[in-house]
Amino acid sequence: MIEVFFQFDFLRYSLYTGLMIGFLAPILGVFLVVRRLSLMADALSHITLTGIAFSLLLGRHITMFAGLNPVYMGMAFSITGSLLIERLRHVYRYYKELAIPIILSAGIGVGVVFISLADGFNNDLFNYLFGSVVAISQSDFQVVVTLTIVVTALLFLFYKELFFLSFDEEQAVISGIPKRSLHVLFMVLVALVIGISMQIVGILLVSALMTLPVASAMKWAKGFKQMFLYAVIFGEVSIVIGLFSAFHLDLAPGGTIVMANVFLLIGSIALTRKRSL
Amino acid sequence: MDIKKQPLALNIQHLSFSYHNQNVLEDINMQIPKGSFLGLVGPNGSGKSTLVKCLLGLLSPNAGSVQLFGVDVKKFNRWSDIGFVSQKANSFNSGFPATVFEVVSMGLYGKIGLFRFLKKKHKQQVREAIEQVGMEDYIDDNIGQLSGGQQQRVFIARALVSNPSLLILDEPTVGVDAKSVKNFYTMLKKLNDEQGITLILVTHDIGAMSEYVTDVACLNKCLHFHGNTNTFEENKEEMMTAMYGHEVNLLEHNHDHDHHHHHHDHDDQDGVRREEG
Repeated sequence: MIEVFFQFDFLRYSLYTGLMIGFLAPILGVFLVVRRLSLMADALSHITLTGIAFSLLLGRHITMFAGLNPVYMGMAFSITGSLLIERLRHVYRYYKELAIPIILSAGIGVGVVFISLADGFNNDLFNYLFGSVVAISQSDFQVVVTLTIVVTALLFLFYKELFFLSFDEEQAVISGIPKRSLHVLFMVLVALVIGISMQIVGILLVSALMTLPVASAMKWAKGFKQMFLYAVIFGEVSIVIGLFSAFHLDLAPGGTIVMANVFLLIGSIALTRKRSL
Repeated sequence: MDIKKQPLALNIQHLSFSYHNQNVLEDINMQIPKGSFLGLVGPNGSGKSTLVKCLLGLLSPNAGSVQLFGVDVKKFNRWSDIGFVSQKANSFNSGFPATVFEVVSMGLYGKIGLFRFLKKKHKQQVREAIEQVGMEDYIDDNIGQLSGGQQQRVFIARALVSNPSLLILDEPTVGVDAKSVKNFYTMLKKLNDEQGITLILVTHDIGAMSEYVTDVACLNKCLHFHGNTNTFEENKEEMMTAMYGHEVNLLEHNHDHDHHHHHHDHDDQDGVRREEG
């Protein structure tokens, strides 16, 4: 059952990519959740859709773009989106959460226009929305590995500053931690990881991989480091279960991965509830 | 700059601050010698928190200057020599998944600097700071599950871990029960006596702190009094009437029952923050 994933290159790439996003997404998710920014992942994934639609549209009219994987345009859009959200959070200083629905709906709105202008809905688009087990080519995979290394290294380097800022922004600023630049860096990382993850999980469900494993981890973890440990375990387990069942049952992996996460979450809530009695 | 040779921990000269054309602080002059334990008192909205933010460089005064250990606050960069403990409720979400050890180690992050990590000696310092405040039995516990008084001890440990020369506490006992408040003040007095740390305790609660501090400053827009505790006791009645009006008796005799009326001294200035550059 599992062997089939090692017989075919494309499946192997999907599995490895899955394992990498099962690691990255929950780690970034821990920071998003404790900073009460979990909806940010949704906003950024929707603006990724705009980029993908734009790339599909360009591909139809300009030959140069026809061969380009739309995911890269999606990443470019979601990085721009993350910077726009930062601007908007500044504009609405007292209602910072407004930035999220603004970017989310703008992203979808513009995206749908691009989609209609391009092809309308087709099978490719379905894969972008809900994920695919066969989406990763060898060159995509090389990009995924590079980005995974870069994101992990940056998170490792700035771990203590991001932790301090998440826990207590005022004190972190007093002790000289550069708040704005770190926040921008973090949002760019989130945008990149969404770009990587959406090929497997799909745009509509990518935020689940950043929040559900963290929600489960929160039920178990006593400290911040433990949050990462549990979140990554839940993330990886859900990826493995989700990918295998998607392949063997011919389902969209986004759906199966999220379902695995939901079961893990329900289990966590139920089990920790018993424990605290 | 050698901190040890400076006689003054803090030198405030002609400091004024206004917000929306309203004067919050008017011509404050204050010299605080090293090794003193100053109680800074004043009614709600008297500008106490604003003054503290000016001392920490979070707000820039409209006029006048602040020197920390002989260095103008705008140029001061040895922030690990300054410990700050704010009102707990202001800055920390009690569901945050972090252990006591993790919270206290944040106090070292500014000192360690970017791209560096906690080493063995740092971890030892963290443990020592936790012992100093008597929280060693809770070192791996989740911060959110501790009582208000215990949490405040942890935050003191976080401020102490970088071995500061000056410790500023802004209403640290808000929401802490009367018995814990006493223990807390005793602990502060010990830090001042045994380690010579200069302490500034900001509070609206004159009665509880006066037997622990060496000096008292009374603030209500202007500085009404600044002198040692004995002189303060002699002129107390007069001073209190000048500052609080008729509220004075209520405050002096019933301060234990009257806590909740005097909480949340935000001075309506919270929107004003230092933008990190």
